[in-house]
Parts: sequence; structure tokens; C-alpha cells
Amino acid sequence: MNLMQILFYFMAFIAVASALMVASGKNLVRSIFMFFITLFALAGLYVLALADFVAITQIVIYLGGILVLILFAFMLSGKETLNFIREQKSQFISANKVLALLLAGLFFVALVIMIIKTDANNLAWVKQSIANNNVIVPNAVMTDNIGINLMTTYLLPFEVISILLLMALVGAAHLSRREGRAS
Amino acid sequence: MISLTDFLIVSAALFCIGLYMVVSKHNAIQILIGIELMLNAAILNLVSFGKYDRFGNEGQTFALFAIVLAAATTAVALAIILNVYRRYKTIDPNKVDKLRD
Repeated sequence: MNLMQILFYFMAFIAVASALMVASGKNLVRSIFMFFITLFALAGLYVLALADFVAITQIVIYLGGILVLILFAFMLSGKETLNFIREQKSQFISANKVLALLLAGLFFVALVIMIIKTDANNLAWVKQSIANNNVIVPNAVMTDNIGINLMTTYLLPFEVISILLLMALVGAAHLSRREGRAS
Repeated sequence: MISLTDFLIVSAALFCIGLYMVVSKHNAIQILIGIELMLNAAILNLVSFGKYDRFGNEGQTFALFAIVLAAATTAVALAIILNVYRRYKTIDPNKVDKLRD
């Protein structure tokens, strides 16, 4: 068991445990802050999967953008939301919760059985890419390669996604305007 | 080296936690967090398989696209949630059952 595996199990434990705390938390703000820890642990897992550029993007966009956006929307929506959420927590229906737990648990068991039966390490294309020396090695610099691929092979999806992002942001800005001024 | 199966099991666990949140929570923001968790599980899968594509970088590139799409989704979803709150004074999806007043 080398250092990389120890780190992997550590990160995986933090990610799953903090995700469980997010799911079971009673306080919404606290569960949002626990979600920060989940996302950081996931960025660590991406680094261990040798995708450092994706890990940095995860930290910049998810932690710096999405979570701060959620926190802002939550804080700006006023005191009534907070009060409403608190009173709503007390009258929790547990039958619904048990059913959801059952659904998620059964789905997890099905997924694990499927993963074990698939045996991903011995897939044909994975073996072929190992034979062709097409595996990312730990000391490789991948960012240049990603940039070149993004500008050549994946140029069309890249441009489409930029248009989509622009449309989404304009739509979000339009939707969140105050009622009175919007026609 | 860490085996692919370990990554897949971690991402399956995260996906199921997200599924539980989406099904059981009574608060639209928590449901949104559950959806983000499921998206992150999918991105973890993309990244872990992307290790076996050094020259094409398909896995990592589409992981980047998925992250950007998640940002767009969240921005629009939060705007919709704020509007729903303004109109109904609640963000419980079970109680929002009309398209118009």
C-alpha cells in the first residue's frame, strides 16, 4: 500500500463522509459549508486521477463560482427564507425519508454490483491503451495538451458551450430582475 | 496505482447521496446541492477514465465542459428559485403546483 493509495482512501473517506453530513444536516448554511469540503476532497481525487487542470477548474468554478452564488442567493433572499426553513425542518415527515433512503440504498447496491461485474481495469480499450502507452503518467504535463485539444479537436463544442453560457447568464440576469420593472 | 473500480465505487456512493437528497429534501436549494453532487460523481467518472487517454484527452475535456455547464445550470436555477420564492413565499417544490397564480 503506497502513499498514493493511502491519500486516495483518505480523500474518498472525506468526500463521502462530508457528503453524508451535507445530506443529513439540519441547518442549510452549515450543509452548504460542508459541501465546500466535499468539493475540495473531490478536487483532491481529481489530482489523484492525474487530472490536475480539471482539479484547478473545479476549485475555481465550483468553489469560487457556484457555491458563492448559492450562498449569495441564500443570504440575499432575506430573513423570511431563513425563518421558513427553520420552521419547515421541525415538521419533517419521516416516511418520505425512509423511502428515499431505501431508493438510494438499493440503487447504490445495484451500481456496486454492476461496477464489480464490469471489472473496469480489464476492459478491452483500457488494456489496449495501456499496451499503446497511451496512459497519463504521474510526471507528465497535461495542461498544454488539453489546451491544444480544446482549440483543435473540440473547437466546436467549446464554441457551442461559450454561446450556451452567455445565453444562460443573460437568462439568469433577466429572471432575477425585480417584478415591477420587468414588462 | 489506484484501480478504476475504487474511483467508480466512490462516485457511485456520491451519486446515491445526491439521489437521496433530490428525493427526500423539501427545500429547493438542498435539491440543487444534491444535483451538484450527482454531477460531481459523473465528473469523477469522466476524469478517472480520462487517465487512459493521454493524447485525445476526451475524459478531461468533457469534464471541463460538464463543470461549465453545471455553472450555467446553477445560475439559472437560482434565479428561478428566487422568483418562485417571491411569488409563492415558499421554496418547497411540493407546494409549488401552479404555473400561474
